[in-house]
Amino acid sequence: MDIRPPIESPTMTEPNPEQQASAETRFRPPLRVASDAGEPATEPHGQSREVGDVELRGLSAHYGSNQAVRDVSLRFDPAKVTAIIGPSGCGKSTMVRCINRMHEEIAGARIEGRVLLDGLDLYDSRIDVVAVRRSVGMVFQKPNPFPTMSVIDNVTAGLRLTGASRGELEDRGRAALVGAGLWEEVKNRLKGPGVGLSGGQQQRLCIARALAVNPEVLLMDEPCSALDPVATLRIEELIAELKQRVTIVIVTHNMQQAARVADTTVFMLDGQLVEVGPTDKLFTNPDDERTEQYVTGKFG
Amino acid sequence: MTEHALLLDHGNLKRRNRFNRVVEASATVAAFLAVAVLVIVVGSVFLRGIGALSWHFLTTPTALFGESGGGISNAIVGTSMIVGIAALMAIPVGILVAIYTTEFAPGRVAHSIGFVLDVLNGVPTIITGIFVYGLLVAGHKQSGFAGAIALAIVMLPIVARTSQEVLTLVPGTLKEASHALGIARWRTVTWVTIPTAAGGLVTGALLGVARVAGETAPLLLVSSIFAPGLLTEPGEALASIPIFIFQASESPRPEAHTEAWAAALVLIAIVLLLNVVARAFYARSRKRMGA
Repeated sequence: MDIRPPIESPTMTEPNPEQQASAETRFRPPLRVASDAGEPATEPHGQSREVGDVELRGLSAHYGSNQAVRDVSLRFDPAKVTAIIGPSGCGKSTMVRCINRMHEEIAGARIEGRVLLDGLDLYDSRIDVVAVRRSVGMVFQKPNPFPTMSVIDNVTAGLRLTGASRGELEDRGRAALVGAGLWEEVKNRLKGPGVGLSGGQQQRLCIARALAVNPEVLLMDEPCSALDPVATLRIEELIAELKQRVTIVIVTHNMQQAARVADTTVFMLDGQLVEVGPTDKLFTNPDDERTEQYVTGKFG
Repeated sequence: MTEHALLLDHGNLKRRNRFNRVVEASATVAAFLAVAVLVIVVGSVFLRGIGALSWHFLTTPTALFGESGGGISNAIVGTSMIVGIAALMAIPVGILVAIYTTEFAPGRVAHSIGFVLDVLNGVPTIITGIFVYGLLVAGHKQSGFAGAIALAIVMLPIVARTSQEVLTLVPGTLKEASHALGIARWRTVTWVTIPTAAGGLVTGALLGVARVAGETAPLLLVSSIFAPGLLTEPGEALASIPIFIFQASESPRPEAHTEAWAAALVLIAIVLLLNVVARAFYARSRKRMGA
């Protein structure tokens, strides 16, 4: 696998208005063309594009007058795991939050540049932000199951608003729990409180909850930093299984974790993209001197 | 110089210890004084009123023309109705105001609304009474409904402020998780934020009710002249416990004073019970959110 700097390849043209309009009807209800439903992911013009293709073009993110991400251009390989590493405050989490449009939830926050999912500009004014988040899921640092809901209600929380029937909810909830490797442990306590599980189980519950809406991309913001090593290992194994179904982007402080789970690693510093490449190469023979200093522990 | 020198008394250790003990003792005495005040108030009401308290007293309306042999059933029903109607008006509005300021309003607007609520909270209830009197009673007639409106105005800031406080306590991470799932803003409020804060919202409601259950000034102006017997028509003036206490305490009959104390005891019991239940709900709500 080679480094893929963002280039204008023939299949990646500027999203023209026609494509945008027809893709717009595809965008709500949820974009996801589920691989588990056996449908191929084809685009309107017959171009076959892999799902979960995220690209950033010249992305800059600001909190008021403070710039956290500076002109980042990057493409995430579909159906692979990409890790984002870098010292605290380098803009990793901010950049990732721009992908599912959570960044704009903060008062005074704004972005410049483009975020494309399968060639579609997610920040286009015609796009429904709710639909974006159903295509791009997120798991947070600290497990946050809804305290007033049972395990099964937690998992199906994202589904309940589409008017799915009771039976369908249970089926999809079960599938999500199986997919998150949690089914065996909770199948006898589905009606029990979501917060009654252990930390590692809660985080896998949050992963199941995010998977239940069938996203194309799963963003994980330091998902293991609040967990013990055994729970961490389980989640890393889970990531290895999940990457075939969803593109995974994982922000991590832990370089060993990046080395274990990621196919591609991105190194950021002070809001800028310093280097991106196959994980092995980045850790053993990086191109940039700053990368080498970081991965060998000279700073950060 | 040995290490022990560092541990030896440096001269003012005795004075510091004495000062510590004095402050500790003063704080303890002050705490006991505060509790003692409540105990004395409740105790004296109990002792002076228990003589007139009986099942008959609680189930018979006040006797005609201040004669003896009556009770406070009409006052209890009247208070329940007036406070009940006030609660029906103030609690939904208060909670909705709190939701607006914590979830949807921009910071400055939320701040201003909070300030207005605090000012409203500080308005003496006699003024609220005069206002409602001028609006609804003057040129018309007294009514329990007017009393309910006055009490609703008093209740609103309490419910709103407490609800605001509790809604702000809902962890931001929960709302984030909900938004990240693609759940729209208002659905997050309805299905995540409110259920999580539910215990605290009930607390705010109960505290508001407890506060206005004993409000006398507005009722003196808008619902103090009423027909005898058990009244249940809010369009007319209704009896109420605070008014009964006021009127009975002015009666020339000596037993009437005991009856006033007994009514006060009933009122205190209701308020205490509401406060205890409110605190229990609040504790449960905090536990939920910390989990």
